[in-house]
Amino acid sequence: MSTGQPMNHRNRLLVLAAAVAVLAVVATASVLHAAGRADRKDQAQAGGPPIAAGHVSLAASAERLMVFRNMAWGPHRDELSTVPAAAPDGPRTASGVKCLRFYAAAGTGICLQAVHGAVQDTYRAVVLDSRLHELRRFPLGGIPTRARVSPSGRMVSWTVFVSGDSYAGTAFSTRTSIVDTRTWQLASSLESYAITREGHAYRAADVNFWGVTFADDTRFYATLATGGKTYLVQGDAAAHTVRTLRENVECPSLSPDGTRLVFKKRVKGLSPDAPWRLYALDLHTMRETPLAEHRSVDDQVVWSDAHTVVYSLAGDYGSDLWTVPADGTGTARRIMTAALAPAYVGG
Amino acid sequence: MYVADSRGATAARDALRPGPRRTAAIAPTVFALGAVSLITDISSEMITAVLPLYLVAGLGLSPLGFGLLDGVYNGFSAVVRLVGGHLADRRGRHKSVAVVGYGLSAVCKPLLLLVHTLPLIGAVLAVDRTGKGLRTAPRDAMISLASAPATHGRAFGVHRAMDTAGALLGPLVAFVILRQAAEGYDAVFTVSTCVAVMGVLVLLLFVPGRQATARGAATTGDRASLRAALALLKRRDLRRLAICALLLGLATVSDSFVYLVLQHRFDVPVQWFALLPLGTAAAFLTLTVPLGRLADRLGRWRVFLGGHVALLAAYGLLLTPWHFGALPYAVLALHGTFYAATDGVLMAAASATVPAALRSSGLALVQTGQAAARFACSLAFGAAWTAWGDHTALTATAIALMVCVGATAWLRPVEAAV
Repeated sequence: MSTGQPMNHRNRLLVLAAAVAVLAVVATASVLHAAGRADRKDQAQAGGPPIAAGHVSLAASAERLMVFRNMAWGPHRDELSTVPAAAPDGPRTASGVKCLRFYAAAGTGICLQAVHGAVQDTYRAVVLDSRLHELRRFPLGGIPTRARVSPSGRMVSWTVFVSGDSYAGTAFSTRTSIVDTRTWQLASSLESYAITREGHAYRAADVNFWGVTFADDTRFYATLATGGKTYLVQGDAAAHTVRTLRENVECPSLSPDGTRLVFKKRVKGLSPDAPWRLYALDLHTMRETPLAEHRSVDDQVVWSDAHTVVYSLAGDYGSDLWTVPADGTGTARRIMTAALAPAYVGG
Repeated sequence: MYVADSRGATAARDALRPGPRRTAAIAPTVFALGAVSLITDISSEMITAVLPLYLVAGLGLSPLGFGLLDGVYNGFSAVVRLVGGHLADRRGRHKSVAVVGYGLSAVCKPLLLLVHTLPLIGAVLAVDRTGKGLRTAPRDAMISLASAPATHGRAFGVHRAMDTAGALLGPLVAFVILRQAAEGYDAVFTVSTCVAVMGVLVLLLFVPGRQATARGAATTGDRASLRAALALLKRRDLRRLAICALLLGLATVSDSFVYLVLQHRFDVPVQWFALLPLGTAAAFLTLTVPLGRLADRLGRWRVFLGGHVALLAAYGLLLTPWHFGALPYAVLALHGTFYAATDGVLMAAASATVPAALRSSGLALVQTGQAAARFACSLAFGAAWTAWGDHTALTATAIALMVCVGATAWLRPVEAAV
């Protein structure tokens, strides 16, 4: 360090110049390498699922389809695409509409997308009609994660991650919004709802909501986090209220008949890397059943029918879709590679 | 002796003399340390800017719960700062401790390429903060030891301005890289590593080592033992200064609360929320040098108090029932003014009350006291917000700040500084 004979000014500048040259080469090479990789992702991979541009509709049709974000490399990467629900590994039809997260029900779609700006990316939520035409757009204050539509297609919800203060890079929070597509009235944050926690009115600055799932156009379930705990809440979008039902329930997803929730639960004793397991909760008996997926799932599952759920896990191209029965039986099975954010339409 | 040293000494002699030559150049060491901070901040703010995106979009993780570690980090970094301050004084090894601190943070950047889970990323960031905690006090001690007492305000102002410039450039560099290479987080981390290494190199090559500080220590004859460091608190002027910094810190809510209240009260569109800290930083950047000079001329405690009056005004604007378009800008400008009038100025004031041999420990003591007080204030503010809502919580804080400003004005801790 500062021991030994000090260098003179010229030598110090020479050392600095040499170091800058080396570091600049390393830095440039890493950027070029990453840029090259990004370009390769625009080329279709051999052996990937066949995909072609075509007509994509969210409207009811004879055939039941699965709509999802295609993550396979090639010109249609990140586009909303469809496959027949009965043959999820079959040829894909790409729509040309890019979304990071997506969900659809009864002809209404919600697409959370990135807008690439000159110096920064921004995000927006776009409500789509059944022909994927934009009905309304809302600016988002953070990175999108969850999206849901009520069974009738009227109510739409989404969640984003917000990081506020640039000097404390580790503090994150979520913001969850609900919009009524009939009146276009927007509840920009569920934090403005009146909270009843364990029977008492509750207010706190550290309240966070995420992962809404709708029962109908008024009633919904979601996750509430406060004071270091997470709760399952039942909400009323008309009265602007939520009340807690149970602890340690995240990202609930309601079954088509409205009687059960599948959710991710933080299980004690698991590695903090992979803390979650999927559980089913019977809303009448409040009994929990672990599902037969033994890996940590950080997703809000989608019900593919009355007995089965679909969810994403990391895969070679970012994300693959897996399925498991919702009653704890059977085994987990991969149904699609390079896909994310599925929704079932038509049929 | 280094060329830089002798020039610094000349500048110091000139600066002691009253008259027009008083505004002589800033010591080269201060510029060198400013450059180190600027480069290092580019590196670390590059990471900070892309981290949320990397976690959510790159790794598919939910970063929630990450924030829970924040309090732990803050407490830990305060302790580390005291340790760094003490180690730096022990054998006049300011530069060595600073090199370890900057080096530790530089090593963390390539580690981010290797770790892919939240707990490990959290651990890497904790080590990064340890480095930051270690280096802060010795760096500030070097700034003060390299400049004449009468120019301390300006020296710290120049350093803080360079530091903030780096913080503003970092995110820009990161987004230019992501523009070139979509999802090129590894490229961001690699470039950040290269930049951090350059910061350490500039420190090694252009900041003079032991001689400069040893010289300062020799003149005072104080021994830098742990006992001597604690005995600093027996010094009336330093104790008063620390108490005032603590008192005022107790009425200073954390930045994120200011932005949250601002967003709450004035319905700032959500997509602008992430940009609010830039407003504060811009005001800080433009004002920190002029206010540092003003502190040298008017007295540091006046400017320091003035800064808190600016903060009080910001609270007042947040509480006001009227709405006008420029109001959020005014709040951010006042918030930045508060930092410009207090951050470096407090260090300049503290430098005048601590003997050279214990400079690093003394500065760490004041910084840690202030940080602890601000942390306590944030906890209390969060609780008050929960219980009574943001308006009442902020009103209570504003009243507390008014009382503390009054008490500080009465104690006049650092009048004799100039």
